[in-house]
Amino acid sequence: MTPSDRGRSLFRFAAPQVFYPLAGRLAPWFAALAAVLTLAGLWLGFFVAPTDATQGEVYRVIFIHVPAAWMSMFIYLIMAFWAAVGLVMNTRLSFIMSQALAPTGAMFCFVALWTGALWGKPTWGAYWVWDARLTSQLLLLFLYLGFIALTRAIEDPRRADRAGAIIALVGAVNVPIIYFSVQWWNTLHQGASVSLTKAPSMATTMLAGMLVMALAAWAYTIAVVLWRVRPMILERERHTEWVGALLDQESTERGGRA
Amino acid sequence: MKPRSKRLMLVGGGVALLVAAIALVLSAFQQNLVFFHTPTEVAEGKAPLGKTFRVGGMVEDGSIRRAGDGLTVSFAITDTAKVIPVSYKGTLPDLFKEGKGAVVQGRLEADGVFHATEVLAKHDENYMPPEAAHAVEQASKAAETLSQ
Repeated sequence: MTPSDRGRSLFRFAAPQVFYPLAGRLAPWFAALAAVLTLAGLWLGFFVAPTDATQGEVYRVIFIHVPAAWMSMFIYLIMAFWAAVGLVMNTRLSFIMSQALAPTGAMFCFVALWTGALWGKPTWGAYWVWDARLTSQLLLLFLYLGFIALTRAIEDPRRADRAGAIIALVGAVNVPIIYFSVQWWNTLHQGASVSLTKAPSMATTMLAGMLVMALAAWAYTIAVVLWRVRPMILERERHTEWVGALLDQESTERGGRA
Repeated sequence: MKPRSKRLMLVGGGVALLVAAIALVLSAFQQNLVFFHTPTEVAEGKAPLGKTFRVGGMVEDGSIRRAGDGLTVSFAITDTAKVIPVSYKGTLPDLFKEGKGAVVQGRLEADGVFHATEVLAKHDENYMPPEAAHAVEQASKAAETLSQ
């Protein structure tokens, strides 16, 4: 196999008719993985991890807050990546992937803001402050909602794809701003406890619970997006032969069973 | 040039321009994005003294004094270089303690005392069980005794 052959065989999955059944086969596995990891992570977080010396039990919100916040930023970057691929390569599947990611990203973003507010009241003394971290994370939620609203508001799918892709690419600039806001400016939000450049400043079992919950968020996102991509592919490709053949096959199967 | 590489250049160029524009805007807004000023900045006159602003730092050890009415509290905020005396009337957050971070909002009056209308506790990025915190405290006390 020459390198170009291998390249072509990977690109094979970019074809909607190849990706559709693959997504259907993979999704349940990721959903099962997400369920197992969530149970393990919550057990570690709420039963194994010790109480925090200064905050007491209220700190346990980090087992949901931090993975949700990480995921909300990461999903936006992947969304922007697919939008760029779609704009450059003109691939049909890329825009679908980008749009399938948005609702999950918005959900994680909301969860991060909401759990943060619930934690902020007892620890800081305020549900909300307009510091750089909180404000840029709120902007991320608006970017997600704007992306979803815009792509749904435009009738012509090709124009909707392009308009959405621009919001996704422009908004991606906000993600490093969120991440580095606690270093660049004086914020009420504390700095990162876990980063790639230094040793984590938290107890090992606390860190383990948080990382397992982060993996659970990944598995959940992959499962949900694969499931969301399938009907979107069918809708876009409804005039093609392979969808016609697939629907015929399903209706005869259903007819045979009835 | 192939249409694909042309589009790649257009998208890439657009994103690069945008990043540059946002970097410029952010550097222009640098001052407004600051949530609080440090006591040193206040001493250097960098804080908006005529208006309401926020000061952040550590609550100085041994500085908390409660008045007879049980509500008025005075303490000092320090960044180890400069100290600002603060007076505040109201309830304090649970995590407000001497030697811990806090952000106060209010005005610096002519008497040199910062009259706060809101006090927020600032938590640091360290999470540890009480036993570990106790061990850290013991170790720092031991180090202090040795250095004396």
